[in-house]
Amino acid sequence: MTEIGLGHYLTLGAVIFSIGVIGIFLNRKNIIVILMSIELILLAVNINLVSFSIFLGDLAGQVFTLFILTVAAAEAAIGLAIIVVYFRNSGTIRVEEIDKLKG
Amino acid sequence: MIAHSIFFYTFSLIAIVSAIMVTASKNTVHSVFFLILDFISISCLFIMIGAEFLGMIMLIVYVGAVAVLFLFVVMMLNVAQQKNQWFAAKDSSKHIPVGLIISTLIFVEIIIVIGGWKYKPELFDINNSLAQSSLSNTHSLGQILYTDYIHIFQISGMILLVAMIGAIVLTFRQRAGVKRQSYIKQISRERDEGVEVLEVETNKGVRIDD
Repeated sequence: MTEIGLGHYLTLGAVIFSIGVIGIFLNRKNIIVILMSIELILLAVNINLVSFSIFLGDLAGQVFTLFILTVAAAEAAIGLAIIVVYFRNSGTIRVEEIDKLKG
Repeated sequence: MIAHSIFFYTFSLIAIVSAIMVTASKNTVHSVFFLILDFISISCLFIMIGAEFLGMIMLIVYVGAVAVLFLFVVMMLNVAQQKNQWFAAKDSSKHIPVGLIISTLIFVEIIIVIGGWKYKPELFDINNSLAQSSLSNTHSLGQILYTDYIHIFQISGMILLVAMIGAIVLTFRQRAGVKRQSYIKQISRERDEGVEVLEVETNKGVRIDD
């Protein structure tokens, strides 16, 4: 229990991933929190990659974590821009009121 | 070793609790603050297990850029008045069991995979650069990032450029009634359209239409 191994970090990643998925499903407030949940999921993936990279001694995992960071930043910027445009056009970003596509 | 485990449990507990608070807090601004706390504790974990460069980069990129961007958007969109409780909407409560079931299933699956996973010691060679080199984490990361992964590195730069241009194009709008300076118009002015010679009669004055 006191020896922190790879499994501990992977479990932490699994917990944060599941919390992110719960956040996507349970969120009824506004769509920004869904973007934040996606950030949490990407964070969990980063934890997995970094811990594998450290414990297996291969640096490629950290390089790919860097690229995931890049893509996450780009995704957040584009998603927030879309949200701003949507709010400007329709005046709301509540999840249950965004039903223009009738999905 | 005991210090390692104490730090691990402290930071991971903070990370998990703040991740729960991101999804559960009623105010969106509070969610952004808990997201920042989550990123900070995870980057502390990264620094602790030896990925210093990534921990620092996570602090800079996530806390310094992404979370502040979230905070800007939350405050700009005036969602404070439409903060509400997610159990109150009557068609929201039917999503809750489905979400709980699905995420619990995902969690159980990942835990099963982690628990049953064992790697053979001979699966990875011990002669890799990370295990024995005296270089720092940042140094060795830079050595492979700019040589082996240079193409992916440049592609990620292109992704950032496209994201920047896309965000600008999406949020750009031309407001009516805003006077702008037009250099082309200023430079290409001729004398004929700028100066006009008028015959002014006595006691009449000149009326200039603007």
